[in-house]
Amino acid sequence: MIVEAGHFALVLALAVALVQTAAPFWGARVGDNRLMLMAAPAALSQFLLVLFAFAALIWAFVSSDFSVVNVYENSHSAKPMIYKISGAWGNHEGSMVLWVLILALFGALVAAFGQNLPMRLKANVLSVQGAISLAFLIFIVATSNPFIRLDPAPFEGRGLNPILQDPALAFHPPFLYAGYVGFSLAFSFAVAALIEGRIDAAWARWVRPWTLAAWSFLTVGIAMGSWWAYYELGWGGWWFWDPVENASFMPWLAGTALLHSAIVMEKRDSLKVWTVLLAILTFALSLVGAFLVRSGVLTSVHAFAVDPERGVFILAIMAIFTGGALTLYAWRAPALRAGGVFAPISREGSLILNNLLLTSACGVVFVGTLYPLALEAITGEKISVGAPYFNATFLPLMMPLLLAMPFGAMLAWKRGDLAAASQRLVAAAAVAGVSGLAILATQERGPWLAPIGFALGVWLIGGALSEIASRCRLFEAPFRESVSRFVNLPRASFGAALAHLGVGVAVLGIVGTSAWQVERIAALKPGEQLELNGYKLTFKGVAPSRGPNFEELTGTFELTTGERLITTLLPSKRVYSAPRTQTSEAGILATWGGDVYVVLGDELGGGAYSVRAYFHPLVRFIWIGALIMAFGGVLSLADRRLRVGEPRKGKTARHVVAAA
Amino acid sequence: MRRLVKFFIVCVALSGSGALAVEPDEILADPAVEARARAISAELRCLVCQNQSIDDSDAPLARDLRVLVRDRLKNGDTNEQAVEFIVARYGDFVLLRPPFSLSTALLWLTPALLFLSGAFFIWRSARKPAAINTQSGDLSEEEKIRVKDITSR
Repeated sequence: MIVEAGHFALVLALAVALVQTAAPFWGARVGDNRLMLMAAPAALSQFLLVLFAFAALIWAFVSSDFSVVNVYENSHSAKPMIYKISGAWGNHEGSMVLWVLILALFGALVAAFGQNLPMRLKANVLSVQGAISLAFLIFIVATSNPFIRLDPAPFEGRGLNPILQDPALAFHPPFLYAGYVGFSLAFSFAVAALIEGRIDAAWARWVRPWTLAAWSFLTVGIAMGSWWAYYELGWGGWWFWDPVENASFMPWLAGTALLHSAIVMEKRDSLKVWTVLLAILTFALSLVGAFLVRSGVLTSVHAFAVDPERGVFILAIMAIFTGGALTLYAWRAPALRAGGVFAPISREGSLILNNLLLTSACGVVFVGTLYPLALEAITGEKISVGAPYFNATFLPLMMPLLLAMPFGAMLAWKRGDLAAASQRLVAAAAVAGVSGLAILATQERGPWLAPIGFALGVWLIGGALSEIASRCRLFEAPFRESVSRFVNLPRASFGAALAHLGVGVAVLGIVGTSAWQVERIAALKPGEQLELNGYKLTFKGVAPSRGPNFEELTGTFELTTGERLITTLLPSKRVYSAPRTQTSEAGILATWGGDVYVVLGDELGGGAYSVRAYFHPLVRFIWIGALIMAFGGVLSLADRRLRVGEPRKGKTARHVVAAA
Repeated sequence: MRRLVKFFIVCVALSGSGALAVEPDEILADPAVEARARAISAELRCLVCQNQSIDDSDAPLARDLRVLVRDRLKNGDTNEQAVEFIVARYGDFVLLRPPFSLSTALLWLTPALLFLSGAFFIWRSARKPAAINTQSGDLSEEEKIRVKDITSR
């Protein structure tokens, strides 16, 4: 019954989404307040209905109701509870419901907290948001319904792919979708602004927090996926330039650009036309990602639900929304021109450089991912575009960006003083230069680019700290004044500096592990040992054991330096019963300097096992850096100026005037 | 050419050189030749797993190719000759770094094209005299309705 109720709620949500799309849009056109006022309750009830449907689906998974096809195909009664729950979105149908749930949630948030929005803008935003929901709800009901029953009901389910039975991956999709779908709101705001033919700084102030929230979620989601790949795939790779990874990376790059151009628009009323275009493109790239993952046009280790019919459907959704928005843009954007004037050397100028480099990089990822597909369709020629291509094209665009970042943050609006900015960055540059030279002097291994990359990471961290120091007038003003300035620093400035610092931290991790990884592959018998980066790794033997839904063979390795035992590492090989799959769990010792990473391979005969041991220097800084970035975003979100609903405290009048 | 090769090697190193798949018995005694074999393997696509290089893939075919590369190197092939040998059998499809040709020209020129056309666009719009706000101060009919809209809330 609960499943049927969920099914019914989903269809009802579709009907509500239709009303949410049509009524406020028409109301905004003819100026009918009653129709426009329908937007908010429609958005809220749509959210509640989808939430109910999603809860019903989770209930079906939790209670292992195998009479539901989706549960039968993706669950198993012996699975631990957390993976029964995460199994609900670990498949195509369920993940689409999660997608629409987040879409509806963002709509509902605007409905609930957007009292200070002009009525017409709010109506149009919710109408566009409703239209996106509507399209995906039709998609679910028509091609990917998770509530379809099976008669007779099987006794046991087929189980979730064991590689997905992992804590990081259980929560990876919700974060990722919150990011992808969060950008839908920037899209809806952009289209609403185009429909109205007006846009101003207040618009940017409404869009920025949503973009910031989506961006923070996406950052965490991507980092989780990368972390999972690192410890689960068995050799410590953390980024593969796989099409599906690229699919999540493109909206991230575009979203990062959007975040920065929206600042220019909010502060200086400039770059309007470009910001609107970026808002459209960012969400369009999220849709491209959804298409790439679900259509099966690209082979990928991650792809699921490979089905051409669904692919065509998503392609149509993508074409309608992107094409429609861009047509509207071509028609209306010329009317939006105007804005502040500024010199090339200024905060605006540096943010334009940021946008140029980020969007070029995004374009490179886009072309690299789709080029083989397009070439094969046009000429029939089959080529591969892999990691070597992306590294060769992406890095030259990223390095100037990283180099310029600290300068940008130091420059003033309108007209900046490069010499003064450089002066405040002398300390950061000095530390970066010294650390680069130190690397050059001490590391005999690694590519020539590595010391430069390392110095860049240090430069970014130093630059971010210098920015905060100069905002507090540290060493310039009395210490007590600096402290009080530090305490009163706007959270947005603090968040931005922190996010930039996070980039620096991540760069250090990326350079460290890419340049100076140590690898040992050996056939070891119990009692034998190998040397790894100053550690001694002794193989003690293997022992079988049983988990809740798998059997495993665990190797015991003692890690010592000199005579001192540091830890015992227990890498294992698991064989899951349903579906029958083998996975390998690495044994990892994480330290600040780097990770010792041991993988147990196959038995080679004579009691010897194939053993792979790695030392990944600084690797954890990659994910710590990403978390710092996301935290910077959240901190910036907590800024008074951006806080949702904040302007209600007697400021409403001013905002409305600014908007009108 | 030498600079190109150097860049090539740098990129290989940056792309991460780990391996799930290389088994202890495949490794060559000479570390220099082994390093070359690893660098080549990271550039060749596994035809079974599609999105992995043969260096990462644990498919039997990938293993055969790794062993083949090592055999060629042991017999005195240069890196280029070893790669050519594989490409002659499997086509350009195995190269994760597509060679520059007429059909991949656009691919390789993409970064420069995007950056330069973007820079040109910015330069052109910055040169244009600053847009003067030509709109009159009066409100249009539509705007009057909006004002009424807002004030009546």
